[in-house]
Amino acid sequence: MLSALTVGAAGMVIVVRNLLHALLFLILSFVGVAGLYITLSADFIAVVQVLIYAGAIAVLMIFSVMLTPLSDRDNAEGLLRLPALVLSGLVATGIAFVAIETDWQVTSESSFENTSVAIGEALLSPFVLPFEIASVLLVAAMIGAIVLVRED
Amino acid sequence: MEAVTQQIPLEHFLVLSAILFSLGVYGVLTRRNAVLILMSIELMLNAASVNMVAFAAYTSPEQFIGIIFAIFIITIAAAEAGLALAIILRIFRYRKTANVDEIDELKW
Repeated sequence: MLSALTVGAAGMVIVVRNLLHALLFLILSFVGVAGLYITLSADFIAVVQVLIYAGAIAVLMIFSVMLTPLSDRDNAEGLLRLPALVLSGLVATGIAFVAIETDWQVTSESSFENTSVAIGEALLSPFVLPFEIASVLLVAAMIGAIVLVRED
Repeated sequence: MEAVTQQIPLEHFLVLSAILFSLGVYGVLTRRNAVLILMSIELMLNAASVNMVAFAAYTSPEQFIGIIFAIFIITIAAAEAGLALAIILRIFRYRKTANVDEIDELKW
């Protein structure tokens, strides 16, 4: 049910003609992925998904769609339609085949408990260096975006 | 309540994320509007982080490495979306278009 929502909305992003409608379907797909995280009982990452993807990135995209005028808002297709269809079909069947055929080492334990406490401890003890690098990257991206869009 | 990992096999999540990823590939290859290409890239990143969280939940739920990876993926995606949209706005200001096949100064 939830996965049908996610995949259906993602498909509509690709199919639909209007750019703004595609954006709304993309937000629906993000919310569906957040629901999938909740089914996997990863609650913290679900909240982060809704906040950052369905909130921040969606608002950014809406801004950029609105700042480009109406004439440019059609969702035209390039010439690569058939090769792209073949390639993406191959990618999907390849990944799905490997995923089904492989014998995954699934544990019988129940899934995550108390995720936010454990995530906080993991981020600040074994993963400090990637955490700090990610924050530096965010600052760099923010400054870069400001410099890029500034009038000069 | 019984855990979801006993009810749904792991392969369902993997196949779902494969479908999501290939939809993203199709979108990147066929669309001409740069904003829509960016949206398709976000779809592919989402598929990858669904995979990460699914593996973490099914194979080693006592460690949180998969979730940490998903958090970093979301961070990178946010930075990338901000920068890419800034570049698109800049291109639009100069060229009055956001279609990637009309921006061909570098092609000789």
